[in-house]
Amino acid sequence: MAKNLSFTIKYWKQNGPKDKGHFESRQMKDIPDDTSFLEMLDILNEQLIEEGKEPFVFDHDCREGICGMCSLYINGTPHGKTERGATTCQLYMRRFKDGDTITIEPWRSAGFPVIKDCMVDRTAFDKIIQAGGYTTVRTGAPQDANSILIPKQDADEAMDCASCIGCGACVAACKNGSAMLFVSSKVSQLALLPQGRPEAAKRAKAMVAKMDELGFGNCTNTRACEAVCPKCETIANIARLNREFIKAKLAD
Amino acid sequence: MWLFKSSIGRKVIMSVTGIALVLFLTFHGCMNVVALLSADAYNQICALLGSNWYAIAATCGLAALVAIHIVYAFILTFQNRKARGNNKYYVTEKPGKVEWASQNMLVLGIIVVLGLLLHLFNFWYNMMFAEIAEVQNAISATDGFNWIKMTFSNPVFVAIYVIWLVAIWFHLTHGFWSAIQTLGWSGHIWFKRWKLIGSIWATIVMALFLIVALAFAICPDCLGGASGKVVPFAM
Ligand code: HEM
Ligand code: SF4
Ligand code: FES
Repeated sequence: MAKNLSFTIKYWKQNGPKDKGHFESRQMKDIPDDTSFLEMLDILNEQLIEEGKEPFVFDHDCREGICGMCSLYINGTPHGKTERGATTCQLYMRRFKDGDTITIEPWRSAGFPVIKDCMVDRTAFDKIIQAGGYTTVRTGAPQDANSILIPKQDADEAMDCASCIGCGACVAACKNGSAMLFVSSKVSQLALLPQGRPEAAKRAKAMVAKMDELGFGNCTNTRACEAVCPKCETIANIARLNREFIKAKLAD
Repeated sequence: MWLFKSSIGRKVIMSVTGIALVLFLTFHGCMNVVALLSADAYNQICALLGSNWYAIAATCGLAALVAIHIVYAFILTFQNRKARGNNKYYVTEKPGKVEWASQNMLVLGIIVVLGLLLHLFNFWYNMMFAEIAEVQNAISATDGFNWIKMTFSNPVFVAIYVIWLVAIWFHLTHGFWSAIQTLGWSGHIWFKRWKLIGSIWATIVMALFLIVALAFAICPDCLGGASGKVVPFAM
């Protein structure tokens, strides 16, 4: 049986990247505990609209944990304290207690300027992908899938890396503003497969160069990223990226 | 050059200089233990590493490693602050698996530098430097044993050295595996192994230093065999 919760939310309002920003707060009353966090914010916005106030802006799209758009820093944790391996949209009010104060902030990192309120600009990630996060496929008749043999372990590991949804929680959590967990996952998903190998060296160099150019920080292995990643990416990916990158540079 | 221009390159510089310093500390720690056993043997090592050209060359190499490590520590930290931006979170929660040392490497490093300056003043200045500059002290420049005795007869120095060793220990419990991770020699399984090896290594090396400092503080006259005469300090 669903229980109802009442709590206070403090949510971040900011008019664009240059604005200083501030918190606003509101009492939320009798919210069923099976409401998702974003549904709770929809309720907030309905109230705001009814009162003729400006709604609270936050990112979201699929609301099923696969697109990587939702991005709220809840009570000091990116995506909040979800059940392991989940995004903000998969956070439910049952994770909170009656009478709680819930603080909602945007991803705060120089690489992700605020667009409005808790919606941040993550185009930097798209630019890193455009720099090399793909294989240059020659189109033509596809060959039989089984003609390239891939060890099960490699296929599984590549799939785990590919499950990174590019949400940016890793950057948001990092005291160095480093994007290494994201970049290493995207390099790994291809580096682990034979189809990705021909361009592996070029890809590692190009994606790291773009990441540096965009001003993301130098990783010092604090592991805050893997602690908050909703897709459970690990720093084993970062070791792999370091390996790929150093090998590529030494071969030049 | 990618070593200077890329983030991973800069980390490789940190990593390689850091590992070289760990190897140096390991050698230094083993060497010190000799002082517990025999004053003569220890002083022979000191004489061997006196002001010979190879000892001076090695010292310059070591100083360069330390300088590069420190310069890059500041460059990395400065760049990382900038990448993080000025907007602080109002509420933060440190995830359980993030170790304190990993987020305070610069602070730990600065404590290490301060300790290092005192250490250079206590020993290098009175030994290698005195030998090069031909300064005469009450204790001869090659009498390392008695310099140790003299230094640790002062409880303030003992306390500072203990704090210093603890700071290096914290620095290394993170630094050791981090350096290897940076070089890419890690993965799901080796991460755990390197972390354990690093903790054990750092503990053993720091224990070697600590035992010597404490032994000299507690019972200097029990150490060093027959010829460990006390020479009163006068400067
Ligand atoms: C006893 C002397 C020292 C030793 C043996 C040592 C060792 C190490 C090692 C092995 C690393 C890991 C490198 C990596 O992650 O790639 C490291 C990192 C670091 N060290 Fe040192 N270090 C020493 C002194 C210092 C000093 C004097 C400073 C600064 C004033 C410093 C600041 C740093 C910083 C900021 C890092 C980066 C953190 C990281 O990448 O994990 N260290 N050190
Ligand atoms: S590595 Fe994890 S936290 Fe970082 S972008 Fe990918 S899914 Fe998000
Ligand atoms: S809205 Fe798509 S992952 Fe949360």
